Amino acid sequence: MNLLGLLVAVPLGFMVAALLLRGSGRWLILAAAPVMAGLALWLALLPPGTTLLVGNWDLPLGILLRADGVARLMVLAGALVIGAIGLHALVDPPGGNDGGAATAETFWPLLYLMWAGANAGFLTTDLFNLYVTLEMVSLAAVALAAMGSLAAALRYFMIAMLGSLAYLLGVALLVANYNTVDVTLLAQVARLDLATVMALGLMTAGLLIKAALFPMHGWLPPAHAAAPAPASALLSAIAVKLGFVILLRLWFEAFPAITGSAALHVLGGLGAAAVIYGSIQAMRQDRLKPLVAYSTVAQVGYLFLAFPLVAGAVEPSSAWAGMTLHGVAHMLAKAAMFLAAGLMLKAAAGDRIADLGGLAQAMPLTVTAFGLAAVSLMGLPPSGGFTAKFLLLSAAIEQGAFLYAGVLVVGGLLAAVYLFRALSACFAPLAGAGPDTASRGPVTGGVKAVAPLALAGLAIVMGFAGTALVDVSAIEVPWATPTVIQPEVAP
Amino acid sequence: MSGAFDLILCLMILGTAGIALFVRDALAAIAFFIAFGNLMGLAWLSLGAVNVALAEIAIGAGVTGILLILARARLLALGDPVHSGDTPTWLWLGAFAACTSFSVLLAATVLSITPESGLDRVVAPLMPGLGIENRVTGVLLAFRAYDTLLESFVLLGALVAVWSLAPARAWPGRPAEPRMADGQMHQVAGASGRVLLPVALVMAAYLVWAGSDLPGGAFQAGTVLAGGLMLAAMGGAIGLPRSDRPLLRAALVLGPLVFLAIGLGGIAAGGFLIYPKGLAKALIVTIEYTLFLSIGVTLALLVAGPPVADSPVPDAGGNG
Repeated sequence: MNLLGLLVAVPLGFMVAALLLRGSGRWLILAAAPVMAGLALWLALLPPGTTLLVGNWDLPLGILLRADGVARLMVLAGALVIGAIGLHALVDPPGGNDGGAATAETFWPLLYLMWAGANAGFLTTDLFNLYVTLEMVSLAAVALAAMGSLAAALRYFMIAMLGSLAYLLGVALLVANYNTVDVTLLAQVARLDLATVMALGLMTAGLLIKAALFPMHGWLPPAHAAAPAPASALLSAIAVKLGFVILLRLWFEAFPAITGSAALHVLGGLGAAAVIYGSIQAMRQDRLKPLVAYSTVAQVGYLFLAFPLVAGAVEPSSAWAGMTLHGVAHMLAKAAMFLAAGLMLKAAAGDRIADLGGLAQAMPLTVTAFGLAAVSLMGLPPSGGFTAKFLLLSAAIEQGAFLYAGVLVVGGLLAAVYLFRALSACFAPLAGAGPDTASRGPVTGGVKAVAPLALAGLAIVMGFAGTALVDVSAIEVPWATPTVIQPEVAP
Repeated sequence: MSGAFDLILCLMILGTAGIALFVRDALAAIAFFIAFGNLMGLAWLSLGAVNVALAEIAIGAGVTGILLILARARLLALGDPVHSGDTPTWLWLGAFAACTSFSVLLAATVLSITPESGLDRVVAPLMPGLGIENRVTGVLLAFRAYDTLLESFVLLGALVAVWSLAPARAWPGRPAEPRMADGQMHQVAGASGRVLLPVALVMAAYLVWAGSDLPGGAFQAGTVLAGGLMLAAMGGAIGLPRSDRPLLRAALVLGPLVFLAIGLGGIAAGGFLIYPKGLAKALIVTIEYTLFLSIGVTLALLVAGPPVADSPVPDAGGNG
């Protein structure tokens, strides 16, 4: 029996349950986290070529769900990240401080909506269905951002809306032009004409906004900086990734025959610029959360810097693996870092980096989680970030793309500069006297540090699971021998 | 319809759109926006897209119009002058040039596509298996039911997102009463609300039923229901419910939940969202009726906005 649909239906069921249970809906995460992790693990272990035609309606009309390498890795990482963020939110509720009762309750349905939307988006090959999943994730993301700053969320909403409309316009042009919006079918019939170029351009522009690639990143730092820690973690880890995955579907699956190398280098160049710009901005911040948010701007850059490297490689599997593993490693490490930063800021005297003094003694586990996440983000071995960057770097050197190689190295160095600055502040002696340090004792309560520590630990462990993950990422990669999709026949 | 009619319609659409954009008074702009929405509905009718016309008039003109009027009233209450400020000429010209060139490019693109609907040929032979006639309903609730299922959760999520904006002390409370401040207007709205709510209910129920074979369906009917509920609330015929009322929560999730349950039930019949043979029409109608109710209540509450602190009205019945 084919249960791919459960990865979407189960979180939707939890969303309904959370709404019906009202205030006590938060306890559902105790069931949702293990159930979803189990389903995601089952997905990762499915035989290659597992697909599901929803409702058994054939293409081009129906919708195809497919467990390819990207979907397996992203759904699994998403289940671990969202589950951990949810469990963390149980012990450290968003909106708990200022009596935000509405925030404390509505956080949960929104979390499950984003979970369902992300899973649906990673699994589907249908560009219109992807629009719906994009709406699910964006809607939840905007509401989560509004839990911090209404102004930032409104700006995010406007720009995300523009991105959605541009994407939808592109889908409309494609369906008129090809009578299908399924990427596996589009790949077979794609031709170079005005409508296709226009559609691809509109959709790419819309998705770059959602993925927050420089220079369309403007909404991200203010939206992240003010939101509660679990909300920031969801925004950076999940919301941004869906835009990236849809771009993969478009550029490498549906229209690889049309996207010329010049266009790929535009994306790669924007990615490189994002790495440098985001890193420099992160170095200039004197508050912790904007620093971590600008680090996301930089890390998103690597994902797009990889586009020309994948397209230009003779044997693209390793560059492809580097790109997808970077996405996964960033999900784990950045979620861990935002959760840890949230705990650190609650314990610190203020939100400036200079206020973090003494935290290394007061909350060693949380600072350790921050440090481990930083190791992966900088790309130091052993970590998922290192494996990913190593694969990308070797692809760049192989192709003689020394500019991209240089950006990969310099980006890592810059990340080290800004992240060590935050870390060393934690080890600095407290400016004030001893009593302050003593009063921080209870805040470090072990259970709150578990989620960030576990996520950061996973980002590190990824460094040891390199080959296995590279194999998973290669399942049904677009350049594998083209096969006619054979939907699994229901018993 | 005749060419002259189409030409006049196009000119009126452009005219109302232009006035809505350029008039300084917000109320006039809203009035012309609503007229623009209705004319767009006529244009869709003229193109033979009755379902789109219904949706455009109900949501594009109706619900959005109410939303804009309420937004204006709240801005006025906050002391905002509510008219567009002075925009620099270069910005006007720049925006005009950008929009014009984009429109030209888009028009060239659309004209370059050969007008042939290949999907219609795919849909037609599949319809007899469903037992319904309306192809749009077939697409929305069978062939692409998965999209519609997710969309119904988007709508539910939108209400949750609006609720999440409730101020600290207001949760779980009621939305602000959308009542007319003027005594006479309140009476008129009250009388028409009491009359129109049952009419809206009957009309909406008919739209769902007709949706199987004729244009109509859950979304259009839900909008009609929402309009009836809003009008009744404006006139004080019904009170708005507290956000934590169990009955309200049940009404909100009913449609999406039934849809999801039928989808999961399909696994027993072979796979997610598969309708067992012969049951397709019955299941589709069940989904449509429950979805219509939930959509109506959700839309009405979306328009009403997040709960506000200390609304004085006592419990006076609620939606759903």
